Amino acid sequence: MIREHDSVIVRTVVRALVPFIQLFALYVVFHGHYSPGGGFQGGVILAASYILIALALGRAELDRLVQEGAVLVLGALGVLIFALTGALGPVLGAPLLDYEVLSLPGVHGPEARALGILIIEIGVAIGVAGALTLIFCRLAKAGEGGGAP
Amino acid sequence: MTAATLALLAAGLFFAAVASLGVLRLPDFYARLHAVGKAETLGVLLVLAGVALWQGPTLTSVKVLFVALFFFLTNPTATHAIARAALRIGVRPLAADAERRP
Repeated sequence: MIREHDSVIVRTVVRALVPFIQLFALYVVFHGHYSPGGGFQGGVILAASYILIALALGRAELDRLVQEGAVLVLGALGVLIFALTGALGPVLGAPLLDYEVLSLPGVHGPEARALGILIIEIGVAIGVAGALTLIFCRLAKAGEGGGAP
Repeated sequence: MTAATLALLAAGLFFAAVASLGVLRLPDFYARLHAVGKAETLGVLLVLAGVALWQGPTLTSVKVLFVALFFFLTNPTATHAIARAALRIGVRPLAADAERRP
């Protein structure tokens, strides 16, 4: 079990910065199709914020914030969002990953495509954040000599 | 404006160069670490301030200032954590050995 870091400076700075890191992760996800960034990068930043919590505030604090089972479910949910959004095309008689089928009243053509990309990016971000956090949790547990979880 | 920007960039580069020199030339781990922790932070802050000044009052300069704030908080904290970890695993400061010698 990773214990809380014994330096009050590290704990305070991490406590202060984590919300801003997570906000920046959301910015990277939602600004991904206008500027550098996107689902994977935003997901990695989000996962890094949780790993930072585990390293500085202790594994118990991370477990208090997110349950490992929930992280596993979220990782799978991200993949599911990606797959379902991509499969909408063939189901509705368009090519795979053609988001123009997402056309709603007032949202069509390129706008529908942008909407589809955004949904895909959100799915990727959730999947990547969940998977990376879970990899860290499992590796940390395996490194403690507890064997495979 | 250009002159002020150039002055800030030059000062930042100077401190970054001093930090590099310190990493190469200082005698022990903690001394090298303090070169990175102090001089490098100041160097980067000055360079970012120069960039923000050059951009003028735009969204980009606000973002640059946020990067500077983030760096200002995290670099000294990381240095502090590294120094603590080094002390914990038994890296001895050079001065501590020098004091014990009669």
